[in-house]
Parts: sequence; C-alpha cells; structure tokens
Amino acid sequence: MSWLTDFPQMDENHLRDLRKTIDEAFRSFTRSYGDTFEAMFEPLRIFMVQAERFMTQTPWLITLAIILAVAWLGSRSVKAVLATAATMLLIGYLGMWDDTMKTLAMIFVCTVICIVIGIPLGIAMARWNRMQAVINPVLDVMQTMPSFVYLIPVVMLLGIGKVPGLIAVVIYAMPPVIRLTNLGIRLVDKEMLEAADAFGSSDWQKLKNVQLPLALPTIMAGINQTIMMALAMVVIASMIGVQGLGQPVLRAISNQYFTLGMFNGFAIVGIAIIFDRVSQAFGKRLQKHSEVSHG
Amino acid sequence: MADQIGIEIRNLYKIFGPRAAELMEKVRAGATKTELNEQHHHVLGLNNINMSMAAGQIHVIMGLSGSGKSTLIRHINRLIDPTAGEVMVGGENVVGMSKEALREFRRHQTAMVFQKFALLPNRTVLENTYYGLEIQGVPHAKRVDAAMRWIERVGLKGFEKKYPNQLSGGMQQRVGLARALSNDAPILLMDEAYSALDPLIRVDMQTVLLDLQKEIRKTVVFITHDLDEALRLGDSIAILRDGEIIQQGTSQDIVLRPADAYIENFVREVNRGRVIRADAAMAALNGAEPPAGRVSGSNTLDDAGRIMVQNGMTRLAVIDDHSGQPVGVLTMEAIMAAITRHNAAA
Ligand SMILES: Nc1ncnc2c1ncn2[C@@H]1O[C@H](COP(=O)(O)OP(=O)(O)O)[C@@H](O)[C@H]1O
Ligand SMILES: [Mg+2]
Repeated sequence: MSWLTDFPQMDENHLRDLRKTIDEAFRSFTRSYGDTFEAMFEPLRIFMVQAERFMTQTPWLITLAIILAVAWLGSRSVKAVLATAATMLLIGYLGMWDDTMKTLAMIFVCTVICIVIGIPLGIAMARWNRMQAVINPVLDVMQTMPSFVYLIPVVMLLGIGKVPGLIAVVIYAMPPVIRLTNLGIRLVDKEMLEAADAFGSSDWQKLKNVQLPLALPTIMAGINQTIMMALAMVVIASMIGVQGLGQPVLRAISNQYFTLGMFNGFAIVGIAIIFDRVSQAFGKRLQKHSEVSHG
Repeated sequence: MADQIGIEIRNLYKIFGPRAAELMEKVRAGATKTELNEQHHHVLGLNNINMSMAAGQIHVIMGLSGSGKSTLIRHINRLIDPTAGEVMVGGENVVGMSKEALREFRRHQTAMVFQKFALLPNRTVLENTYYGLEIQGVPHAKRVDAAMRWIERVGLKGFEKKYPNQLSGGMQQRVGLARALSNDAPILLMDEAYSALDPLIRVDMQTVLLDLQKEIRKTVVFITHDLDEALRLGDSIAILRDGEIIQQGTSQDIVLRPADAYIENFVREVNRGRVIRADAAMAALNGAEPPAGRVSGSNTLDDAGRIMVQNGMTRLAVIDDHSGQPVGVLTMEAIMAAITRHNAAA
C-alpha cells in the first residue's frame, strides 16, 4: 500500500531513460540542423548588428537629435521632449551612453520583429475563429513559461549570442501585439463593416480602410506593452550575450556593486518612462477623431 | 446618370439559425414565427415576401422594431443571404450572383445609408463622401470633384475638412447621404436613416430627400417605424409585421383603407388632413357645373380647407393634375367627414 503514502511515480530508471532519449534526440537534431538554423537567423543577426552599429557609431549629438525628434513627432509635447533630453543627458553623463544605445538598438529590432510578425498573426486570429483557438493557448504558454526554460533549447540550437537573446526577448514580448491586434479588429463596429460591404469593398479594402484604422489605437496600446516587456527582459537577455544596460547589472549582482546596479537600473526605468509617455501621447492623438458621437 | 431600375422580390424567406434549410418545409406548410421560435429555436425573419418596387420611386417599408425591416432591406444588396426566394434587380437575380459579381453590383447598382451613420471617424467629410468611388478605383481628382458636388448639394459646403465627430447628428447623416449619392447608383437603400435624429432635423432631412429625388429619380427603399415619415415620403408603403407584409399600397390606401386592426392602430394618430388628398375625398362631377374655386387633386384636405377659408367658399372644383380639367367637387362637409372618420369609428 505504499502508493497511499508515496506518490506512485514513474520508475526512476524509466524516467531517466525518457529524459535521456528526448535529450539525445534534441541534441542530434541540434547537431544536424544547428547550422541550418543559424543560417536562417543570419539576416536577423545582420539587422541587429547594423542597428547596434548605427546607434553606437553615430556621433552622440546626432543620435540625441534623432531621439528627440522621434519624441517630438510622437508626443508633440515640449515637456516630453525636455524630459527626454534631460534623461538622456544624465544617462550619458553617468557613463552609460554606449550601453543605452545598445539597449535601444535591441528594443528597436525586437519591436520591429514583433510588429512584422505579430500584426499579421493578430489579423489572422480576428478573421478565423479556428486560428484564435489555436494561437491563444500558445500565447498563454509564451507569457507564463519562465523565460529561462525556453532559453535552454534556443541556446542549445544557436549558442550564446545576440540572436538567441533577441529570440528570447521576442518570444516574451510579442503576445501583447498579437492579442491587441486581434481584439482591436474584433471590436470594430458591425455597422461600419456593413457599410464597407455595402459599398462593395473587397476583403483587403475592408481591412485597410476600416478594420486597421479603427483598431489602430488598440494596436498601439499593444505595441506599447510589447516595448515595456522587451525592456523588462534586458537583464535576462544579457545573460546569454545581448549587450547593453543588462550586462553591468549582471556584473553588479555578482560583485555586489550597489551603485553600478542602481545607475543602470534607473537608466532602464528612464527609457521605459520615455517610451511609455511618448507612445501613449501618440496613441491619444490617433484617437482624436475616434470617439464616435451620435445625435 | 445611371439608368433607372426597379426591384422585384419573389417568395423571399429568411430563417435565422443553423438548420434553416430543413425548417423551410415547415414554414412553407404554414408554421408561424412563434412556433418556429418555441419548437425549434430558430427565428423566422421574413415569411414569403413578395414586392414589386417600380423604378424611380420612393418605397417605404414600415413596421415596429423586430418586424424584419432591416432584414428585408439587407436582402436587396445581399448583406444577408436568403433561405429561399429571389431578389431581382434590373432583371438580374441578386441571390445567384458570385462573390465578384455581387461586389460589382454593390459598387455600381446600390448605395446605402445607415441608421447610426457608419462614417469612418478617422476620415474627413470629403474622404468619407468619396469612399465608394475610392474603392471603385476612380482617380483622386475625379472622385473629389464628384464628392464636392454632393457635399454642396446636401448643404455641407465648407465642412468638407471636418471630421464626423465635429458635426451634429443631422449633419453626419447628410454626409451619409452624400456618400451614398456620390456612388451614382440607381438604387438607394436607407435603413432607418433618420430614426436617430431629432424630430425637427428629421423633417428637414425628409425635405432634403424629397427635393433631391425630384432631380435624381432613384429607386429609393426607405425604412422607418414612423408612420408620419412613411406617409410624407412614400410613393408606396409596405407594412411589415413578424416578417410578413400585411398591407401594400399608397398613403391613401393605408390611411383610408387600413387592412386590419394593427394598421388601424398606427393610422389612428395620423393627421388625416395632411395626408388625404382632395381627389380621394371628392364627389364625382357627373356632368354638373364645377364651382368657381379650384384645388389640385394632389393637394391635401388641409390645403383645400385653407383655400376655402381664404376665399369664403364651401365648395371647390378638384382639378386633375395631368389633364388640367375639373374632375370632381369637394365640399366642406366631405372634408370634415374624411378628417373625422376615425373619430366616428372609434
Ligand atoms: N443574425 C440574426 N440572428 C438571429 N435572429 C436575428 C438576426 N438578425 C435579426 N434577427 C431577428 O429577426 C427579426 C427581425 O429583425 P430586424 O430585421 O433587425 O428587425 P427591424 O429592423 O424591423 O427592427 C427579429 O426578431 C430579430 O431578433
Ligand atoms: Mg432595424
């Protein structure tokens, strides 16, 4: 009657064999296809390297000007631009300019990838219920699975470096764009779609003229969340070789450099706040004409 | 301008629900909306609709909420697929059209105005107005031209750069109307287009439509739940209840000869003096000498009464609109009898 007191678990030897079989299968898979995968992700690596090179090798005055210009275009608020300038100057003065640029490059690349993959997926989910039923659980897993767990196969396949780090960040940060694109499109007023149909719109015209424009504020909220989640992954990504503000934090943890950790941590927070304010102001401007009024 | 075409609806049925096709037999055999709902949990939306809508006229479809008005009008451009029946527009069966043919049909033969306007909030008045032309691929300069003309025509000149949420409801529906008219389609579908508007604005918009119609002569299908609106606009009126047409006719038919108690209920509150025409209440001339005062046959009893009071008369000759000849005599007693008839009956 031992199964009453001890959980009737699988036989130790069988369990070990099971793990060994799977591990070996995956290892041999890695051996035979690792190079293929690396080649597949080569464009990603080039994109990442170029972005990093641009951010770190452009004279800081120009980079700063670009950042401020983007802040202005997004928010149209002098206050937001001044706050951005102050934050960036302080970051640079405290010796974190280069790391910040690398982090910005990583966030930029990650956001672009999330948008390019996430928005079409969200559109597909809104269009086909079957698609939604399949993708939703996958997104749940992506968001709740501890990132260290899916780092293991990624690292086995691609080794330590920029690309696996980027993939880890993308996996973690992409769900909001997908979910909110789906939601935004599903929330579009039925009468609006009927009007588009009544005038003889094709599916593509309906998507382009009605669904995407009306869903855009929601999609923007998704992109905002994606950026925030990518920033939250900066430290974990640095553990597998992504350069930027995360690496000094890691060093600070292992060596108990309190101030170094704090400075870099606050730099990440500063960037996050800037992104958040600018993208929210942008979202608000998109919505300016969207409150439908009746009567 | 596009050629005029009429609409023929034949034996049209719509059952909402997954087993619609199976239940058709039961409905053909006489199952009612209530039976279908209680025994099979399906909604009988339309039950054997037959209508013939002549080209170039305003056809009003009237009924209470839930009577199937929206369902019926959406069959004309097939926003809803029927369970059985035919919708012939200009000799073509809309029900049999392929996806592509249907798209072309919607682009060029029909245009629609919606109850809640359905304007794109991120587009200006001008951009909303040329929407139909844009998706047809009409070049930009040309569609701006056409749209500007209609914007002006509905009284929105100077507002073309505004966004819908900067306009009042009445103005937004003018945009809806301009958008539909820019398509230059022979058929105009209006689903409770004015129901969301304040009463005064609503009367304004009715006038806009009537004025425009003198010029554009489209086949207009106009849905309303308001009898006054129906009587004012409709060349013909169909009354719908529980997905069935219970009376079709002119405003005179509906007011003077309501088919049943349901319609009589509607008609009771109507201002009959403003609806009933002089030629519907007159007595035939029968060779007698016509009185000196004259009133046109298409004038209302209200108009006739005014003429009598202004000229101190109690008898008028009723003149036929086409021939210009007197065809009958309208007396003060006849006017009073026609106006108060429902009171006597009640
Ligand atoms: N998609 C649908 N599924 C089920 N029932 C529907 C659907 N659309 C309309 N109905 C039902 O059909 C009837 C007629 O609806 P509708 O045409 O919208 O009426 P109206 O426009 O006259 O208010 C109502 O009983 C309504 O509940
Ligand atoms: Mg309706």
